[in-house]
Amino acid sequence: MSAIRLDHITKSWGAFRAVDDVSLTADEGSLLVLLGPSGCGKSTTLRLIAGLEQPDGGTVTIGDVDVTHMTPAQRRIAMVFQSYALFPHLSVAENIVFGLRVRRVSRAERDERLKRVADIVGLGQLLDRKPSQLSGGQRQRVALGRAIIAEAKVCLMDEPLSNLDAKLRHEMRTEIRALQQRLGMTMVYVTHDQTEAMTMADRVVLMREGRVEQNGAPEQLYNRPETAFTARFIGTPPMNLLTAGDRLIGIRPEDIRVVSQDGRMAQVKAIEHLGADSIVLCEIDGKPVAVRQNGFSKVASGDTIRLAWDSIHEHHFEGSSGRRLDTVADDQTQIASS
Amino acid sequence: MSGQTDTHPLISRKPRSYAWWNAVNAWLLLLPAAVLLVAFTHYPILATIRHSLFVARRNGTEVFVGADNYRAMAADPIFWKALINNFWFALGTIPTSIALALLMALWVNRNMRGRGFLRLAYFTPTVLPMIAVANIWLFFYTPDYGLLDQLRGLFGLSAWNWLGEPSTVMGCLIVMVIWKEAGFFMIFYLAALQQLSPDLEEAAAVEGASRWYTFRRITFPLLMPTTLFVAINAVINSFKLVDHLVIMTKGGPSNASTLLLYYIYEVAFTFQDSAYAATLTVVLLVILSTLALLKFGYLDRRIHYQ
Ligand SMILES: Nc1ncnc2c1ncn2[C@@H]1O[C@H](COP(=O)(O)OP(=O)(O)OP(=O)(O)O)[C@@H](O)[C@H]1O
Ligand SMILES: [Mg+2]
Repeated sequence: MSAIRLDHITKSWGAFRAVDDVSLTADEGSLLVLLGPSGCGKSTTLRLIAGLEQPDGGTVTIGDVDVTHMTPAQRRIAMVFQSYALFPHLSVAENIVFGLRVRRVSRAERDERLKRVADIVGLGQLLDRKPSQLSGGQRQRVALGRAIIAEAKVCLMDEPLSNLDAKLRHEMRTEIRALQQRLGMTMVYVTHDQTEAMTMADRVVLMREGRVEQNGAPEQLYNRPETAFTARFIGTPPMNLLTAGDRLIGIRPEDIRVVSQDGRMAQVKAIEHLGADSIVLCEIDGKPVAVRQNGFSKVASGDTIRLAWDSIHEHHFEGSSGRRLDTVADDQTQIASS
Repeated sequence: MSGQTDTHPLISRKPRSYAWWNAVNAWLLLLPAAVLLVAFTHYPILATIRHSLFVARRNGTEVFVGADNYRAMAADPIFWKALINNFWFALGTIPTSIALALLMALWVNRNMRGRGFLRLAYFTPTVLPMIAVANIWLFFYTPDYGLLDQLRGLFGLSAWNWLGEPSTVMGCLIVMVIWKEAGFFMIFYLAALQQLSPDLEEAAAVEGASRWYTFRRITFPLLMPTTLFVAINAVINSFKLVDHLVIMTKGGPSNASTLLLYYIYEVAFTFQDSAYAATLTVVLLVILSTLALLKFGYLDRRIHYQ
């Protein structure tokens, strides 16, 4: 009983709409990622779920209860703040067990859970320190510890890994996901890192300027972007977009081949060798195009090469609105056949 | 060696001359404040201590008497009365005015209509000079005509000489000083509250902490530096504020409202006994420096500063 549902939620500051008619559902026990560029309203959406902001319109439901007008405490959630919000005068241990103390959990259980959580977030040696004596990443792990020790059914995380190094980030990502699945938490996880989104999420909600741009499973967003914005946002490097008349044609870098005959002429500008594969950055008619090649690419910068792709790998978008075109085509065929 | 300095004169000389210049600049910048401190604080303190060990003769010469002045002080019942009065005055004003200041600050720190007006209203008593405040409250306390007695009259109670009775005079002064000080201390609390990140309260709210719990475990501990600062100021003020006595009671009736500094003032300027006044001043200095030492040596280490 912990699914989260937002229905037509709107939140404005003055005339500025930070969250504009957002509807989404995080199924019970699933992990929903809110993804999007900086300032698109991810944190605001999360704060609306937590009850730290009041929506101007719409309803928030947790479980089957309308919590729109409930206090954060009544919603029984755990949260990691983007700014960590650690209590500066309390030690790491006291910060982590703060909520357990509030709820009068016995000392023995508190100590035991603290030990377990400290292990997970790797802070065992630092429990007596004050937050000011920690590095940015360590502080972030304290905030993470404080949220997961509660073992709440609903857990909200606002960029909980943004300050960690790549290795630690990978470890924590796995830990969080495992924990979420083991405890059957419903989690809303904010990030602007699409790798995190793709690897952790059951469902990704991509936001843009306060609106939901696309809502779907990670592979849906990757394989079938509904808009040119989604196409440009998902994937490293993102989808290449070429103008053709009044439409945009998108091709994933891995769908492009270097051929010896036919194909489009392209100038190689630079090459990034990543080990397992290489990204060849070229230009077609002055438009940047990235091509992924397996192994160590032998083309050199300055070369002129020929590129080709199969038409089934093409994604078509309307030039002006950026909407996907074959959806429109599908609809039309459906209408025609019915 | 010398060949090297010749070939790189800039590299080898610059750091030294910079450091030298820095030191000179630092001292020059400190000089005005240092001169003022020495001339008007440190030297007078030393002169006072010296003065308390001498007595002045009629002919203007001074005679060294050692601790005689201190012995006379220990035997002076008015001195003890003033000291004890001062203790009660401090105890009556400090905790209440601080608690009140904190309450008012928490109250006006919330988002509400007219909060700017409310802040101003609370702060007004502070900007009034003590003499003016004393005159206002003198009116409140006047027997028969005063506000307080008129209120008593409404309930059919007889007139009461608030400032003329040893049993009520100290209480009256304490209430007035709290009224004057609380608004001043509120400003410090308000500034400190606005420095606190709202995230912390939000984080506590998400964890399910009640407002009182949040105040007790988060807000109040984080305000401790301000509380300490305000407390030190309140203590100093409780020894320093005597203007109102001149207007309202002159230390009476029968020394029931005499405070230490007011007694010093009387000894020095009414009785013209500067040596004894110096002796009393040394006592005041010792009390205040002990409090300062307590602050810097002990309390500071136990408080979290951001
Ligand atoms: N309290 C506020 N008052 C006014 N505007 C605000 C307030 N909080 C957020 N905004 C605005 O709302 C928009 C969305 O902010 P939000 O914090 O949700 O962005 P975000 O997606 O979390 O960005 P980031 O990835 O940088 O954290 C921003 O343009 C921001 O300027
Ligand atoms: Mg944010």
